[in-house]
Amino acid sequence: MSGIVYQGVSREFRRGNRSIRVLDDFNLEVADREFVALVGPSGCGKTTLLRLAAGLDFPTGGRVLVGGRPVSGPGPDRAVVFQQFALFPWKTARENIAFGLRCRGVPAAERERRVAHYLKLMGLEGAEDAYPHQLSGGMQQRVAIARSYILDPDVLLMDEPFGALDAQTRILMQEELIKLSRVNPRTVLFITHSADEAVYLADRVVVLSQPPARIKAIIDVKSVRQREGWEGQPIEAVMDTEAFNHCRTQIWRLLREQLEQPAVPVDGQSSSRAEEAAPLSKEVDYA
Amino acid sequence: MAAVNVQTTPTASRALAARDQGLRPGEQLLLGMAGLGVFFGLWSLLAVLGWVPARFLPAPWSVAQTFVALLQEPFAGHVLPTHVASSIGRFLLGWALAVAVGVPLGLLMGWFRWLDEIVSPLFDALRFIPPIAWVPFAVLWFGTGPLGPTLVIFAGAFPPCVINAYRGARLADRRLVEAALTLGARPRHILLEVLLPACLPSLVAGLRISAGLGWQSLVGAELIIVSSGVGYLIVQAQSNLATAVVLSGMIAIGLVGFVLDTILRGVERRVVRGWGRT
Repeated sequence: MSGIVYQGVSREFRRGNRSIRVLDDFNLEVADREFVALVGPSGCGKTTLLRLAAGLDFPTGGRVLVGGRPVSGPGPDRAVVFQQFALFPWKTARENIAFGLRCRGVPAAERERRVAHYLKLMGLEGAEDAYPHQLSGGMQQRVAIARSYILDPDVLLMDEPFGALDAQTRILMQEELIKLSRVNPRTVLFITHSADEAVYLADRVVVLSQPPARIKAIIDVKSVRQREGWEGQPIEAVMDTEAFNHCRTQIWRLLREQLEQPAVPVDGQSSSRAEEAAPLSKEVDYA
Repeated sequence: MAAVNVQTTPTASRALAARDQGLRPGEQLLLGMAGLGVFFGLWSLLAVLGWVPARFLPAPWSVAQTFVALLQEPFAGHVLPTHVASSIGRFLLGWALAVAVGVPLGLLMGWFRWLDEIVSPLFDALRFIPPIAWVPFAVLWFGTGPLGPTLVIFAGAFPPCVINAYRGARLADRRLVEAALTLGARPRHILLEVLLPACLPSLVAGLRISAGLGWQSLVGAELIIVSSGVGYLIVQAQSNLATAVVLSGMIAIGLVGFVLDTILRGVERRVVRGWGRT
């Protein structure tokens, strides 16, 4: 059992002597082996939600549980795929993929066997000894996904993993992700800006509001997918259907409502402030 | 006026394109030799035409003669190679000290904000004081001992070590550290496999700059009472009006600096290439 539970989660960021509330009493449950996509306006706290589950950030109120246990830091049960891939530039594709296994003290022979398996699975044969800067964006993201998958995590946390890819590569990667999650289904929390991507990939799509993030709507795509028989279909076949368009339009409408709404001031701050306080731009000591 | 624009823009773009194109190694060598040729040509011309008296600017060939002579005949107590060797020894001591203190300090300042806040104001003022300004105190504190010159070289080499290590640590990609954490990295993995490699290119560049500045501070350091070294040679030659010896000393300083820089540049290139950032 490795669902994700947000219980009354709040997160405030301090910017000088002002505080910005990105999350306020947020509640959501992601079931075991469920694929949930989060969509919402920029800076609404999506990334913060993901980082809380990853154990890279901590709530100022409420609890985040993964597999029933409160998150106390990064753990082997959870893997993160970042938008900008975050590959180690001084390591080859093979070394990047093997990094997590090495940290865990997996013996060399076993390591090599598993790395070879994932190189093959992700279509990276021939690129094993290339450095990230020698690879295309799509290949880099394959390496990043392999690096996470090889650790066999129960939970996969993906922060706009395909956001930096060109449209064609993106579609191929989406299909591959679906294939991978069929081979070995996991709990996935997936952030995206694309309504198409959310509908194609997710079991449920959660639409969030301007900060502090609230759930505006949850769209159950899984039942539509099962009813329409999308399973195993290529993306172009699915995208052409009325049901797909209906889901996508519904999400777009909800998103637009959020975008057009004047940002709710939080503690006297506008939402653009909250965006500024996105945790990645925060300065933290690596103590 | 439009006509002017039409003319200048293509010229500028052509120059840019030519710059990007680069040169063949042969052309590069040729141009370098041409530069040196023009320099020595003008210098020889001045000497031959007698526009500048030899005691103000000796001719290139008499400098070359003196240089060769200095390799065998002692001046100011030692032959030139001995002077150079003792200068290099002093330099290495001062530089090593600057690296040993400066690099860890810079890295720690980059990682711990509070240390940054404590050290930065002081450091930012101190680093503008030219190394030679420390000479009086070097004499006062260390007299004629070997530590005096070391202090002056240290003053020259220290700031770039700190600044580049600091910059390397500050610019180390936070997301890489987070990625490593989520992959199960322990502190030793983070330090050795993420932070250190991330800093290394900037760090090596800092070593190169600091070696250059340290070596330049040397003459200042050797103005302090020492009885050997290239700076000492130059000062002694100056009081004897031996201008050819002064120039020989300058050439020796230039050559050693060039060799030092070439070695460190090679190291830098290797590091940067190894790190996949060419």
